[in-house]
Amino acid sequence: MPVSYDEMFDNIGPEANGAARPHYGNFDHWLKAMPSGRLEQKRREAEVLFHRVGITFAVYGEKEGAERLIPFDIVPRIIPRDEWKMLDAGLRQRVKALNLFLHDVYHDQEILAAGKVPSDLILHNAEYKPVMRGMDVPGGIYSHISGVDIVRAGRGEYYVLEDNLRVPSGVSYMIENRRMMMRLFPELFAMHSVAPVEHYPDRLLDVLRSVAPDAVDEPTVAVLTPGFHNSAYFEHAFLAQQMGVELVEGQDLFVRDDTVYMRTTQGPQRVHVIYRRINDDYLDPTVFKPDSMLGVPGIFAAYRAGRVTLANAIGAGIADDKSVYPYVPDMIRFYLGEEPILYNVQTYKLRDREDLSYALDHLPELVVKEVHGAGGYGMLVGPAASKAQIAAFRERILAEPSKYIAQPTLALSSCPTYVASGLAPRHVDFRPYVLSGKEIHIVPGGLTRVALAEGSLVVNSSQGGGTKDTWVLEE
Amino acid sequence: MLCRTANDLYWTARHIERAENTARLVDVSQRIALLPERLDPARHEAGAWRRALDALGTVQAYSRLNGPVVAHKVLRYLCLDPANPSSIYSCIRAARESARAQRGAVTLEMYEDLNTSWIEMRQIGQQRFEDEGLPRFIEWVKTRSASFRGVTIGTLGRDDPYHFLRLGTFLERADWCVRLMDVKYSQAESEAGDARSALGYYQWSALLNALSAMEMYRRRYRETILPERVAELMILNPDSPRSLATCTVTVHRTLAALAGPGNHEVVRQAGALMAETRYGRIDDLFAAGMEGWLRRVMTRLFELARQIDRHFLLTPEAVK
Repeated sequence: MPVSYDEMFDNIGPEANGAARPHYGNFDHWLKAMPSGRLEQKRREAEVLFHRVGITFAVYGEKEGAERLIPFDIVPRIIPRDEWKMLDAGLRQRVKALNLFLHDVYHDQEILAAGKVPSDLILHNAEYKPVMRGMDVPGGIYSHISGVDIVRAGRGEYYVLEDNLRVPSGVSYMIENRRMMMRLFPELFAMHSVAPVEHYPDRLLDVLRSVAPDAVDEPTVAVLTPGFHNSAYFEHAFLAQQMGVELVEGQDLFVRDDTVYMRTTQGPQRVHVIYRRINDDYLDPTVFKPDSMLGVPGIFAAYRAGRVTLANAIGAGIADDKSVYPYVPDMIRFYLGEEPILYNVQTYKLRDREDLSYALDHLPELVVKEVHGAGGYGMLVGPAASKAQIAAFRERILAEPSKYIAQPTLALSSCPTYVASGLAPRHVDFRPYVLSGKEIHIVPGGLTRVALAEGSLVVNSSQGGGTKDTWVLEE
Repeated sequence: MLCRTANDLYWTARHIERAENTARLVDVSQRIALLPERLDPARHEAGAWRRALDALGTVQAYSRLNGPVVAHKVLRYLCLDPANPSSIYSCIRAARESARAQRGAVTLEMYEDLNTSWIEMRQIGQQRFEDEGLPRFIEWVKTRSASFRGVTIGTLGRDDPYHFLRLGTFLERADWCVRLMDVKYSQAESEAGDARSALGYYQWSALLNALSAMEMYRRRYRETILPERVAELMILNPDSPRSLATCTVTVHRTLAALAGPGNHEVVRQAGALMAETRYGRIDDLFAAGMEGWLRRVMTRLFELARQIDRHFLLTPEAVK
C-alpha cells in the first residue's frame, strides 16, 4: 500500500518535510500547546454530550431499538479556501449535469440516442422507473438534495467516489459536529475564520419551497420518515425541527382527489412539498411494493397530477447507480459542453468483457462493488481480503458480472485522529451536500467520515466509522 | 399539529406525571408503613402496601407476578419492574420513547431532559436502589419530573404542543388525586374510628406530606388535621396545585382553547366536571357520600379521556 496523502502534515513528494501544512498551522500550534490529558478529557466530554442530546443511530441487524453513538473525533478536517472553490464549482457542474441527465432519460433520451450511455444499461435497470416517463417535475429538478462522496488520493487530488441522489443522509452530523466543536473548543474558532454551516436547514427549506406545485403562495412542507426504528431517524426529526415543519409518517398522510393531506388535530391539512426519506419502492403501495406499510396509498397519483412535489423525485436513483457512475464525465460534456472539474475514479465495468478479464486477473488489488449496493455492504476490498474471500467473490462476479464494477484501491488521504494510543493518521472521505431548486446552494462544508481502525478504508457508520467536523476556511 | 404528535405529547406528559404520582404514593405508603403497630393495625400484613396497590388497581397484576403482598416486593414492583407498565421505570421509559418519536415537536432541552431521566433510570438497579435508600429515589423522581415541567414551561412555545402536554399532565393528576382520596376515604369510612385518633392523624399527615401540601394546610386552616379539611384542600381548593379543582379548571380551559369556537362535547363534559369541583361544597359531598362521589368522578374522567381521543387524536378522512 503506497503512502497516503495526509490532510494535516506535508508527507508526500520530494519536498515533504513532515511539518503541518499552512492551513493547519494555527491548529498545529494550538495542539502543541495543549496540556496532556486535556484532549482526553474533552473527548469524554463530547461523548457524554452526544449521549445526552441523543444523537444516536440504529444499527440494522442488531436487536430492535439498539442505539449507538457515531464516534466523533475532535481533530477537524480543514479545507483551504482555494480547494473549496474548486470543489464548489465542480459540485455545481456535476449535479447540474445529473439533473439534466435525469430529465433527459425520462423524456427524449437524447443521450441514449447519441450513444453516449448504453440504452439497455438505463432502460433495463431496476432503478429506472418507467412510471416517470414523460412526467414533468417542477423546474426539471429530480435531485434536490445530493450528497456527493469525495475522496483524495495520490498527492491530494480530489476524486468523486459516488453520487447519492436518493435519500443521502449525514447532514445532521455536519451541523451537530460543528456545534460540538464550538462548545468544546471556542478558542479554535477565534483563531480561524471557519465558514458557518448551521444555516443548512434554512437553505433546504428555501429549496423545498421553490419547487412547490404552481401558484401556491405559502406551501406546506413536511418531512416523511419511515419512523423511529430507521437508522437515520434522528436526522429526519432534526431537519424537520430545524426547518419548523411537520415530521410525518405514512400513517399521518392520506390522499383525496389527488391531493395529499396530513391528519392534524384541527382536521386535514394539505401538504404541497414532501421531503421524503423513504425509498421509491415503499412510497405508494398502490404503485410500488404492495405490502409497504411505510408509504401513502395514492400519493403517486397526486404526484403525477402535479398536486404535490416529492424531493427527491421518484426515479432519481438511476443517475447514482454505480453502473452509471462511469458515464458522468460524459454527461457533463454532453449537456454542458464543459470539461469535468472533478475527476471520477477509474472504473472497470464488469459488464464489458475486457474490463471483466482485467478485474478477474487483479482482484487482490481492486475494490469490487455491487452496482446496487450501499452503505459498504456487499463489497470486496481486495488488499484486505483473504484468499478464500477473494475466491468466493470471484464466483459471485462470474455468476452475474454486470452486477459489479471494480476500481483500483485508492490510498485514501488520512487525517490525524484521536485513538486509544493517541493521535494517529486514519483514512477519511468527505460528503458535501448540494441543494438544487430554482438555484443551487452548497453550504461550505460537509460530513467527513473517518475509518477508525488502523489501515481500514471503510468509513461507513454501519461498519464502525466515525465523523469529524469539517472546516472550510474563509481566508 | 399532527394527531399522532398530539397523542405522543399527551402521553409523554401523562407518563411523567404518573411517575411522580407513583413516587408520591410510595412515599405516603412508606411513611405509614413505618408507623408503629399501635398506629397502623394492618402493619403486620403490609396494609399500607396493599392499599397502595389498591389505589392503582393493580393488586391482581401484582399478585400474578409476585404472590403475597410483601413490602420490598411491592416497592420493586412499583418503582423498578419493567414488567409493570405503570412502574416508575416503565413510565420514564414510555415518556422518553414518546418524546423520541416526536423530537421535532419538543424543544431540544425537553428531549435532553427526558433522555437524562431515562439514562439515569437505567443505571439505578436493585442494588443501588437498596444502597441509596427509598427517600433518595423518591426525591430523584420528583426532581426529574420537576425538571421536565420546568424545562417545558421555560422553553416551549405556548401553542398546541404545550397545550397537549398540559392536558396530559392535569388529566393524569386529576385521575390520581381521585384514586388517592378514594383509597383513603373508603378506608376511613370502613374503619369508622375516631377521626381525631392518632391513627387518623398520622395517616392524614403522611398523605399531606407526600403531596407537599402540609404547609398549605397549616397556613390555610391553622388547625389540627381533619379528614374533611384534607378533602377540601385536595378536592375543592383552587389554590392547591394538585387539587382536583385546579386540575379540572386547567383541563377545561386547555380543551376550550384547543377546540376553538363552536359547541364541542369534549369541552362540555370538561366544563361540567370543572363546575362541580370548582363550585362544590365539601359538606354537600360528604352528605351525599364521599366514596360514591369519588367513584362517579373517576368514571367521568375516564369518559373525558375517551372524548379527547375521539375529538383530537383520531382524525377521520373527511376533507372540508
